[in-house]
Amino acid sequence: MSALLELGAVSVSLGGRSVVAGASFSLASGQIVALLGPNGAGKTTLIRAALGLTPIDSGASRLIGDDPSRLSPRERALRAAYLPQRPQAIWPVSVENLVALGRFAHGAAPDRLSPRDQAAVDVAIDACALTSLRARSMNEISGGEKARAHLARALAQQAPLLALDEPTAGLDPAQALAVAAILRKHAEQGGVLFSTHDVTLAANCADQVLLMREGKVIAQGAPREALTSVALREAYGVSGSIEQIGGTLTAIFRA
Amino acid sequence: MSASLRTSLALIALSIAALAAALWLGPVAVDPFANDAATRTIVWDIRLPRALTAWIVGAALGLAGAALQGLLRNPLADAGVLGLSGFAALGAVIAFAFGFAMLAPLMAIAFAAAAALIVTMLGWRARGPASLALIGVGLSSFAGGLIALALNLAPNPGALADLVNWTLGSVEGRSMNDVMLAGACLVLGAILIAFAARGLQALTLGEEAAAAIGANLSNTGTLVILGAAACTGGATAVAGVIGFVGIAAPHLVRALAGHDPARLLWPSALAGGALLVCADIAVRLLPTDSELKLGVAAALIGGPVFALIAARLAARGGDA
Repeated sequence: MSALLELGAVSVSLGGRSVVAGASFSLASGQIVALLGPNGAGKTTLIRAALGLTPIDSGASRLIGDDPSRLSPRERALRAAYLPQRPQAIWPVSVENLVALGRFAHGAAPDRLSPRDQAAVDVAIDACALTSLRARSMNEISGGEKARAHLARALAQQAPLLALDEPTAGLDPAQALAVAAILRKHAEQGGVLFSTHDVTLAANCADQVLLMREGKVIAQGAPREALTSVALREAYGVSGSIEQIGGTLTAIFRA
Repeated sequence: MSASLRTSLALIALSIAALAAALWLGPVAVDPFANDAATRTIVWDIRLPRALTAWIVGAALGLAGAALQGLLRNPLADAGVLGLSGFAALGAVIAFAFGFAMLAPLMAIAFAAAAALIVTMLGWRARGPASLALIGVGLSSFAGGLIALALNLAPNPGALADLVNWTLGSVEGRSMNDVMLAGACLVLGAILIAFAARGLQALTLGEEAAAAIGANLSNTGTLVILGAAACTGGATAVAGVIGFVGIAAPHLVRALAGHDPARLLWPSALAGGALLVCADIAVRLLPTDSELKLGVAAALIGGPVFALIAARLAARGGDA
């Protein structure tokens, strides 16, 4: 197994404040890595730094063997698809046109797709259950549908690494599970890095979790080993534990 | 046939019809095909260059507006509102007032580029359309102040009346030289902006995601700034300050051609051209003692339209 993404002691500071301190992990093809931690823990910055979108102070990131900050935007986009925390549709284009922007790095214009681009767009739209909404304008659909459209845009990119910043924020439980299924499906051929506040979801779908607080990784590894009560208390400041209920893991927090 | 292409063809037809009407209509109604010297002079030496200048200026401002709106992700962006026109006028005024009239077009383009650079740097992270418009108001007022200063310090006060007239914006009495100058600037600006079209499309996702799907945003920004400066500088150098075309043209075209910023560029140019030729015909037909300036007419119509669009945006919480 070759590493899609490899971080060695990555530190980032923004405006003189340390935001990520010495984060290391390796994400191989076929793996899902989840970033957990309270608001302001540095999850977003860690994702951006890993992809070369935010400059690194010390340490190194390797995206399929290369320093991502030295790749051209196009080359980087062919290796990693990134979904920001609050994805935007500035202009009310159709769902299909928005998804087709994922083919940008492949040279496609959203309204003039080659058969290959069209196929990628169709697969992504289908995977995100948007088929009946594809002609609708982005300002005529619900928040959950918008989130799915942006996820479909990232999938249409067909990059080996999928990096998603809180892809389930604001989604109902069924939609969040649907997103988890999409991540698992992508991990069959590629890798997934995502951040979330949904500890239960991360415990069930990630191969590896990084629990962060104030820029530091305080626990790391397989969910059952890393997410101990001590680590959860240190990260979130409340008592928490991971319980096995039937076939699934459940995170339980108490004040 | 795509909506954008259909809209473009309709606007080409409208532009040709408007240009033809501009040859016919005016204070003196003439038959453009009558073969006497007076008619030939009126139609081909006076009305034709004037109409062509109006079309080119309108097209340049429409194109610059559409490109700036895409770059700044803001439907209120326009060369006039953002201060590019004001700075272009300042550059030209300095050239005229201090006796380098030859350099006026170059000065207009250079000053428009400087304004575009400043407004992009200040407005790149502006939250919502209104804050960007405020930056533009500041720049425009500053340009206005500097124009007044240049006029104040001008060594030749006799030129003052001419200059004031010119800052009001008009295409009256323009020659084929003006057509060539503005036309060359429009072609240059259109080529630069054409290379930015894909980047503008990517910016539909906002700055962060646009960079992540593979767009080179610094290239896109540079091309739009230089392209908009060439369009605005050329237009302002021959016609003075004419506002609101760059807002009105893309706004009208969106209803027909959709919201994709790349597919709006050429229809916006065509709509701007047709719009300004029609406005100039109206100005010539109005029975006023001294002819109403085109820039004044554009502001009288465009100002309220701008306010209306802004109010509608504000009511929707700043969404496009």
